[in-house]
Amino acid sequence: MAQNIIDVRNLSKSFDISSKEPGLKGTIKHFFRRQTKSLKVIKDISFEIKAGEIVGFLGANGAGKTTILKMLCGLIYPSEGSILVSGYLPFRRKENFLKNITLIMGQKQQLIWDLPPIESFYLNASIYDLNNVEAKRRIKKLSEMLEIDEELFIPVRKLSLGQRMKSELLAALIHEPNILFLDEPTLGLDINAQRNLRKFLQKYNKETNATICLTSHYMKDITSLCKRVICVHEGAISYDGELDSLLKKLSPVKEILIVCRSEEDAIKLENSGFTVKNKIKNEITLKIKNNSITSSLKTILNNFDIEDLFINEPPIDEVIGKVLIKKDYDI
Amino acid sequence: MNLRKYLKVYKKFIHTSLASEFEYKTNILIDLITAILSLIGSIFLLSIFFHNNGYIGGWTFEQALIIQGIYTILNGITNTWFNPNLTEIVKHIREGTLDFVLLKPIDSQFFISFKKINPSGFLEILLGFFLLFFCIRINQINMNLSFLTLSLITISCSICILYSLWFFISTTTIWFVKTWNAIEVLRSFLYIGRFPLNSFSFSLRVFFSIIIPIAFITTIPSEVFLGLSQFWKILLEVIVAIVFLITSRRFWLFALKFYSSASS
Repeated sequence: MAQNIIDVRNLSKSFDISSKEPGLKGTIKHFFRRQTKSLKVIKDISFEIKAGEIVGFLGANGAGKTTILKMLCGLIYPSEGSILVSGYLPFRRKENFLKNITLIMGQKQQLIWDLPPIESFYLNASIYDLNNVEAKRRIKKLSEMLEIDEELFIPVRKLSLGQRMKSELLAALIHEPNILFLDEPTLGLDINAQRNLRKFLQKYNKETNATICLTSHYMKDITSLCKRVICVHEGAISYDGELDSLLKKLSPVKEILIVCRSEEDAIKLENSGFTVKNKIKNEITLKIKNNSITSSLKTILNNFDIEDLFINEPPIDEVIGKVLIKKDYDI
Repeated sequence: MNLRKYLKVYKKFIHTSLASEFEYKTNILIDLITAILSLIGSIFLLSIFFHNNGYIGGWTFEQALIIQGIYTILNGITNTWFNPNLTEIVKHIREGTLDFVLLKPIDSQFFISFKKINPSGFLEILLGFFLLFFCIRINQINMNLSFLTLSLITISCSICILYSLWFFISTTTIWFVKTWNAIEVLRSFLYIGRFPLNSFSFSLRVFFSIIIPIAFITTIPSEVFLGLSQFWKILLEVIVAIVFLITSRRFWLFALKFYSSASS
């Protein structure tokens, strides 16, 4: 049984936010008398994550996912509650804690812009107190995993976004951290670059048993990497559990497109008691509950003359989209 | 603190900074020409002030050149280390890239204060030393051990005061987000340091000694050069430098508690 590596209890965070009325009058008023109010962006959340887990944080823009990640890695002080990551209080940023974690942000970069990535890797290696031989070994291993080679010697400013992101990953992983915090790592990448990055993260997790906490607006990142998701809605956790269970809960039915041999068969099927979504000539689409798919299909194949049959999963984006706007999912 | 590690990291900082700067050769050349022209311009301006009157605030032109020499060294240090690094703090905070600095197992103040080096500032430091050696000759200063020690102490203290002031202002970015103007004001005050403190009115002398201690930065080391400085002044400069360094360090650690990181 894996140990909890992250333990969060009743965590809250408030920020002082200033607001401004529109127009010149509002600007002048804002300049002389700034009105600030305390806004609770994270509200009393609790969860734990086991070593080796890959957990996806889902939520709309501004839901609080990034704030949670930043509190977990020690960048932001929590207002209330407790966090333990790998046995450390993150906000104290102890050296041994920092050697255990890494943060990768899709929209921010740490590589030195005018130099090839290899220079930044060796700089990071010296910061993490690695000798040159060990740094070289790790760079070789990670560059093979990430499938980058010549790019290591080209100035960062001349690399494509995908190549840059791979280099950012290498720079962030050179110290072989146990816990990875990834904030939208595939942002702006093309489909192939996204797939390669996901493949790498899966491999890294498998080989090192590293724990990965990930936020992403690309559903493919979540579905292909995370077994478990934590849904955040307006700073509170609306769901914490397996992604499959969430999908089943959110879309309890599947759509089955049946192509009958004749239109008469389609009419017969339409009147046989199944829920019909639509019917066009000899093609009929039925909505069948997930738990009765096998028995329903057996009945249809035994009693009707069927030419072809397609089972359609509802689009994942559509299903997950419901999570972003709903407050509570009790499963 | 692991000194060996910090030295190794600093060696890497020098290496990466020089490599970055050498990517833009023309820029370095322009910086070098600017440094030479700026020094010539400053000496010319000083000579105009002294043209009609042999003394300003009790200082001769040859003595005032010492202040110019120390100012040039300090300006070179500013351009080599402070300007490329401390102005970046504002950028780090505005764009949220301070996150990467804070998550490294290294002192964040060390990282953001020393990561970059602008090699063109080296020429200014060199020119400043040349000017100082020239002044030592024309003012017939006796270079003994105590003179060298006191000069080194006072110039080091000047560097510490200047760094602390600049770092202190940059740190306020955590609350105010934009502090470019305050840094520009500090640089403007530093220009004032090219002139002897005695040449200003009493109220300005108090202002530049107590409120913004520009006087400590150039005048006291210059007085040491001329053998005019009193012991209490040197001691005071050392105390001011230590207090400023400690305060700026504590202020940084305090400010980090309020760092909210830029939104993604």
